[in-house]
Amino acid sequence: MSSPLLEVSDLSVDYITDAGDVRAVDRVDIDVQPSEFLAIVGESGCGKSTLLFAIAQLLSPPAEIAGGTVVFKGRDMVRLTEDELRHIRWRDYSVVMQSAMNALNPMKSIEAQFRDTIEAHDDMSRKAIRERSAEVLHLVGIDAVHLKSYPHQLSGGMRQRAMIAMALLFTPDLVIMDEPTSALDVVAQRSLMSQIKELQKRLGFAVIFVTHDMSLVRHYSDRLLVMYAGQVAELGDTSALFEDPLHPYTKGLLDAFPSIRGPRRPLTGIPGSPPDLARPPSGCRFHPRCPVAMAQCSTTEPDLYEVAGIRVRCLLHAEALKDAV
Amino acid sequence: MANFANGTNAIPAAASAAPASDEPLLQTVGLTRHFKLGGLFSSQILHAVDDVDLTIGERELVSLVGESGSGKSTIARLLAMLYRPTAGEIHYRGRSVHSLHSRRDLLHYRSQVQMVFQDPYSSMNPVFRVSHGVMRNLKLHRPELGRSERREEAERVFTLVGLTPAAEMLRKYPYEMSGGQRQRVGFAQAVAVRPKLILADEPVSMLDVSIRAGILNLMTDLREREGVSILYITHDIASARYVADRIMVMYAGHIVEAGPTEAVLSDPRHPYTQLLLSAVPDPREPISVSTSPAVGEPPKVVNPGEGCRFRERCPLAIEICGRVTPRLTVLAPAHSAACHVAAAAAGVTADSPS
Repeated sequence: MSSPLLEVSDLSVDYITDAGDVRAVDRVDIDVQPSEFLAIVGESGCGKSTLLFAIAQLLSPPAEIAGGTVVFKGRDMVRLTEDELRHIRWRDYSVVMQSAMNALNPMKSIEAQFRDTIEAHDDMSRKAIRERSAEVLHLVGIDAVHLKSYPHQLSGGMRQRAMIAMALLFTPDLVIMDEPTSALDVVAQRSLMSQIKELQKRLGFAVIFVTHDMSLVRHYSDRLLVMYAGQVAELGDTSALFEDPLHPYTKGLLDAFPSIRGPRRPLTGIPGSPPDLARPPSGCRFHPRCPVAMAQCSTTEPDLYEVAGIRVRCLLHAEALKDAV
Repeated sequence: MANFANGTNAIPAAASAAPASDEPLLQTVGLTRHFKLGGLFSSQILHAVDDVDLTIGERELVSLVGESGSGKSTIARLLAMLYRPTAGEIHYRGRSVHSLHSRRDLLHYRSQVQMVFQDPYSSMNPVFRVSHGVMRNLKLHRPELGRSERREEAERVFTLVGLTPAAEMLRKYPYEMSGGQRQRVGFAQAVAVRPKLILADEPVSMLDVSIRAGILNLMTDLREREGVSILYITHDIASARYVADRIMVMYAGHIVEAGPTEAVLSDPRHPYTQLLLSAVPDPREPISVSTSPAVGEPPKVVNPGEGCRFRERCPLAIEICGRVTPRLTVLAPAHSAACHVAAAAAGVTADSPS
């Protein structure tokens, strides 16, 4: 295996509040290979967006990195200065935000926004800027006439694709996406996902894709990271996780949404709701909602155990390992 | 506490006449709502809902499925009498609701047809306890109840929707509740006044995946236990399948297909329904043959001319589709679609009022 493009080790993020620090991301380890598609799924408040912002070095107070490293192309980004970061940002990695409606400036044409982005990170002639802008817009299937358009003149799907085009201005090695399709309808969603995947194949960038909808990434991601209460609950090959989820939370998520094919069967969802990170449950953070919780789950905090190439934070699998020894 | 079966609501005479058993609870005829866009002299008209005929039966759980902008929320607001229709009629138990003028009649209709909103974070007043909405609804719509009876009834409906212990839950503020719990408060508020119909506008779309199933189950539960009909509005056809007896598919202001849930899903007649079904991600299935990326997006329906509104995206479009707006036509028992091609395949035509 080649050396990873991105290596996140022991990364923790705290939100500093008057009532004490809240740990939103707790000792997360992940690595992303070049050209890999890694999906991060979890419920709202599980820390997935915070993790993304921590990787992209976009955290702002009250959030701060409490420990760990984010090594991207051999350099620890946590220790870089703003000035050093500016040279990497957008050229080497870019970010597509959740809501294109809010992320694009309503007062500026698409062309002006692309120009701003390029000028902030590079020195290019006006002509070169215009050509590059038209080129990336074409990549995402939007006609170059829309360079003159304002965001409100584009449909939701087109705005979201314009955001992706903007992220590709410098052909980065890594594109970080925070729920880029959540504001779209199913049909537009499906076509955008196919398009992202196709661009990725063509241009070879790696993707970190955050979503709350597991079914969306089933056919597009190589690996899947399931987060719960700020921690990695399960991490492994996407199809393996779908076929044989090890963590009861992953199982619950998979059983939580109805199918449009096959027999109609009753769904239970997962009882209760995600924990308050200011007061996480003792032991395993999932135990109050877990259908197979054991007595020790409320007292013993599980590690990440490696079972057949999958990392899983659940005592059931600690037992399995112990038995095997 | 008042026994539910012997409910003694003050029911206005006209509506209290027992409905014939086969009469729908609610029916719309040619329901239309247009919005004027732009300034004073603008002639741009947005056709949010055009010529919609729909029925909702007693104790029926019907789902209205469509993309954003298709007009499904406008239908909910028309049925709730939050908007006046531009044209067309709404009949509630055989009586046109536009003939309701007295405050008493309107209040009664509004108690019979309750709404649950999409966003449980903004549909509740943050400075009041969650009991506020339920108690207020009870005071307004069930004035016969005294103070302690209202409290008992509030506790009953909170228990019914799974917010237990009810007395404690009623004392909470919205910020102390999760999204799923708040949405349950929304349903409790609606059920408290013993409605016949609940209009649930995307009640799960803002909720986390893990708690959606609970709310979907709550809807089927309320139908069983309270005998209420529900119009479940959603963009998620899989969840519609999970709860609904019948599905209506909306596109660009028109209902393009309607029928029993399994019939619509296993044998979709309208090409839009087919597109919608092919786009639904289903992790349990291998990916279907890749849908062409150039399928486009729903049109904004401003000053539309004659013709099928789906024709620009439709793989089956023929010449007539650009000239004649297809009517919703019965193609199989209880199963209808508004498509010239589908109608021709079934040996009928969709080009004239049926």
